[in-house]
Amino acid sequence: MDWPAFSLTLQLAVWTVALLLPCAVLIARLLAWGRIPMRGAIEALIMLPLVLPPTVLGFYLLVAFSPQSELGRALGAIFGRAPVFSFTGILLASLIVNLPFAVQPIQRAFEAIPRNVREAAFVSGLSRWQTMRRIELPLAWPGIISAIALTFAHTLGEFGVILMIGGSIPGETRVLSIAIYDRVQAFDIAGAGVMSAVLLGFSLFAIAVVHTLARRKGAASHGI
Amino acid sequence: MGSELPPLSLALKQDAPIPLDVSLSTRRGELLALIGPSGSGKTTVLRSIAGLYRPAGGRITAGGETWLDTDAGIDLAPQARRVGLVFQDYALFPHLTALDNVRLAMLGEKESERTRRAKDLLARVHLAGLEARRPDQLSGGERQRVALARALARNPKVLLLDEPFSAVDRMTREPLKEELAGLHRALDIPIVLVTHDLEEAQSLADRICVLERGKALQIGTPEDIRLRPAAMGVARLMGQTNLIAGLVLNGSHIRCGPHVIAARQLNGARVGDEVTALFPADCISLIDDVGGRPNLLRGTLSELQSLGDVTGLTLDFEGMRLRMKVPTREASMRALRPGLMVDVELDPAFVHVIRKS
Repeated sequence: MDWPAFSLTLQLAVWTVALLLPCAVLIARLLAWGRIPMRGAIEALIMLPLVLPPTVLGFYLLVAFSPQSELGRALGAIFGRAPVFSFTGILLASLIVNLPFAVQPIQRAFEAIPRNVREAAFVSGLSRWQTMRRIELPLAWPGIISAIALTFAHTLGEFGVILMIGGSIPGETRVLSIAIYDRVQAFDIAGAGVMSAVLLGFSLFAIAVVHTLARRKGAASHGI
Repeated sequence: MGSELPPLSLALKQDAPIPLDVSLSTRRGELLALIGPSGSGKTTVLRSIAGLYRPAGGRITAGGETWLDTDAGIDLAPQARRVGLVFQDYALFPHLTALDNVRLAMLGEKESERTRRAKDLLARVHLAGLEARRPDQLSGGERQRVALARALARNPKVLLLDEPFSAVDRMTREPLKEELAGLHRALDIPIVLVTHDLEEAQSLADRICVLERGKALQIGTPEDIRLRPAAMGVARLMGQTNLIAGLVLNGSHIRCGPHVIAARQLNGARVGDEVTALFPADCISLIDDVGGRPNLLRGTLSELQSLGDVTGLTLDFEGMRLRMKVPTREASMRALRPGLMVDVELDPAFVHVIRKS
């Protein structure tokens, strides 16, 4: 069992969820209700990682993040070095890849809130911020939980993009799915089996936890 | 301060996207009904008052405050307007209990005060004991009451009701209407009620404003609107059917088909004008003796329609058809049947002349 890979995978998943969630809530809310130009084009762009082959996406990210590119140099100035073949690189890639998994469920949840419920909040004297905190977020909670579950589970299993941009550096970019691939390449089927089972168990556990949370939060009455 | 000012006054004007041309003001504690067909702009007027819709031009003042003045660039947000609004489908916060729905409308107040007042308001709308229920655990009528309590929680300067009875069944509607009438008597603020239900407007409102395509056609007491409509549009909206084309003969008579009919007043119409005469059902009565009174007509009863405890009659006076209602008991005592000759009297005081616009 490759414990450093397991720990790296968990870190990647936790960081991805933590960084992506606030952005996803803002983007989803904007797409659900905001008056924004080219909404269709923006939605299509966010959906792109869903349909693009991971290797293709990984290739473009590799080119974009490389020290030869403008973006790579700019990111290098922030993070110390261009974010290829590093944890920062696979985290940035993971944020982009997971954008549709995080935004979509939250956007659908916001869209399901009737307009007049928000208007009723305004007429009841609630500011936009109070309306978001006390009305919109509690009502969108199941969508937010779905987004967390999907992003987390998807990050645990991400392979193609991470391999392209991060390679397989132990302790830095070798996540469990890549470690499994390496073991299989080395004919260590037993080792790959153990790690696959761990990943499977952990994915099921993560999804069970968030779904239980969603049900509890949904059933409980919300004090104010 | 501001006691001479009307508690709510508004003038809205825009051409597109929804045409609006409405100006009205209310009196203290008055219930004003906005009626009109769907698409007439009545809900838009209500939303404009609440600040949820911004008309191209207009001015709204309430309780001495200016809420909207497009010329002066004033447009207060809904949060700053202190209105109570009951939405058509109530728009309760589905994740909160009845008590919390009401409490949330008083965020600025002290915690203990909010709970106490919310409980008082729920008790006032007869919901004591149901404070812990969520909207999906309440009946339609109970939800409407929560919405009403929430609307009153901010001590509003104006109470706005958007078709408040349309989402509840007939059985629930009557007690709710009685409660609203009671509330109206107890409240000192103007209430604006949007409805397309004539009976509802007639029974609850002090005054009615009739809207058609965004334009206020007439504002008046329910009796005014029903008996003395200012325009054909109003008469039709009020369900008047006895509208007969006529010609003014002199200062007190009009000709309708072969009949010369006396009218107490002609509403400014001049001799020779083509007008429409309205004979509200109130002005027609079946009579037995035909001695010496004006506006006696003899005609044929062409149709009887049972409407429960009243019966609708269609009468034909040499081609001029009028409808009226009599108690079903009277219809059977008189043995009314199609083909019977009947005598009626049209009270000149109620004959209403509508001029061509």
